[in-house]
Amino acid sequence: MSTSGNPIIQIEHLNKEFELNGTTIHALRDVNLTIGKGEFVCLIGASGCGKSTLLRIIAGFETATGGVAKMWNKPIAEPGPDRGMVFQDYALFPWLTVRDNIAFGPTERSRPKSEVRDKVESFIDLVGLRKFAEAYPHQLSGGMKQRVAIARVLANDAEVVLMDEPFGALDAMTRERLQEELLDIWQRTGLTVVFVTHSIEEAIYLSDRVVVMTPSPGKIESDNAVTLVRPRDVSAPDFNEIRRMLGSKLHSHHGRKAA
Amino acid sequence: MKDSAVTVAIPAPIETRPAAATNPAPLLTRARPLLLALIVPLLFLIVWQLGVTYTKSRLIPPPTEVAVMMWDFAFGGIWDDAFSRTLHIHLIMSLSRVYGGFLLATAAAVPLGLLIGRVLLARQMLDPMLQMLRPIPVTAWLPLSMIIFGLGGTSAFSLVFLGAFFPILLNTVFGVRNVDPKLFEAAAMLGCQGTNVFRRVVLPAALPSIFTGLRLGHGFAWMVIVVGEMTGVPEGLGAVIMDARTLSRTDLVICGMIVIGIAGFLSDKLIMLLSSRMLSWSPQHSR
Repeated sequence: MSTSGNPIIQIEHLNKEFELNGTTIHALRDVNLTIGKGEFVCLIGASGCGKSTLLRIIAGFETATGGVAKMWNKPIAEPGPDRGMVFQDYALFPWLTVRDNIAFGPTERSRPKSEVRDKVESFIDLVGLRKFAEAYPHQLSGGMKQRVAIARVLANDAEVVLMDEPFGALDAMTRERLQEELLDIWQRTGLTVVFVTHSIEEAIYLSDRVVVMTPSPGKIESDNAVTLVRPRDVSAPDFNEIRRMLGSKLHSHHGRKAA
Repeated sequence: MKDSAVTVAIPAPIETRPAAATNPAPLLTRARPLLLALIVPLLFLIVWQLGVTYTKSRLIPPPTEVAVMMWDFAFGGIWDDAFSRTLHIHLIMSLSRVYGGFLLATAAAVPLGLLIGRVLLARQMLDPMLQMLRPIPVTAWLPLSMIIFGLGGTSAFSLVFLGAFFPILLNTVFGVRNVDPKLFEAAAMLGCQGTNVFRRVVLPAALPSIFTGLRLGHGFAWMVIVVGEMTGVPEGLGAVIMDARTLSRTDLVICGMIVIGIAGFLSDKLIMLLSSRMLSWSPQHSR
């Protein structure tokens, strides 16, 4: 496993089981993963491989039935502002304007008013929603909503941003724009990003490492470093090479090959 | 403030047509809903008048007589009896009971509903009992409330409270139970915990449902007030209807009914106005 920087997230022998209609489902079995500070890691796999469950355990929304997930060497017990989640369906507060959605976290931590205001305004600009600062979520397009969701997490000083198929519901053009903007923000801020997707291309385009997971029981099939120079060209031959390699790992998980 | 985003983006359509001032059409378009709403009541009045004239009934007064009675009830100068110029006294008494009971019910039902909806322990302890109390009609409480509060206004007040309490409570609980669980996760990951969750997530998210409860509860309050004021209350619209019935003053009975109808209608409009103001963020509620 290759990691750059200090390990910020450590997953050790993680198991997650739950009962469904009397049968035990192994959502995760003996999952080990270390993520370095500032890394962009994609979790990829077919539905049911436990990638979202893993993300939700890191977020603190769910607890593991065995093993441990740690952040800065401390076991994760509950959700916290150090780990921001970006949901596929945005989960914005519909009764708050764009500005107030972004201000939600900083306000909660009772920072000085002027500090909160300056910070919120700077993130409104960062995600390009100046004209929509007073708009309510229902007045925004999907892409704009996801920009607000990202700004909301960044304004809260999250060190790790957890993204659960954040661009899955968007059209192709908007998705590409947001991918670029996300990379831009990531490179400027030194954030750590854990990104769940089912698109191989998205994973290769974005990440330093692509972690391939396979279902029943959910486990890590391989951990693949992507060393292509950024910005990456999705039509380049070496890009396609990686795409083909990951595709075969993803689709033939019966072979149990360790990478 | 709530419309600022919209009004900036979209100029008012009427201003874009300079000819509108000379054209009578816009006035007609604006008056159209009012005119449409008046057709059926006017037809009803005509049928009522004709019906009374044709059947020569002496039990039901024609609308003209009711109108005369209403004038006397409000301003006096026609019959000059015990009911002349007393409308405002009865109306204010009923309004104070309706709004007093309604506001007290709101103050009790909303926090309790938030708690039952959100906290499992509270739900397990309180929900079964409340579900058992709920089917008991408010009128069935009348004898008991007369024993507890005595004959008079307090008894009516307590019935209004009960009538409004359950719809508000149940809709608040429903609203809280239907909040998207993702919003609680979003609040938690942004660092919002404990009682702050009620103020910043549960209450605003349940507000559309709470307003549904307020409208229902407010309607019940007006329904119940007549029952509450029917026994041992000297002043109030319910008392007027009851006294007029005893005196066979059917015209006054109908006057009391009309006043309740109008007062209930207007105060429902008030709640609607408040609701569309506070729910301007919701695509289903803002207009």
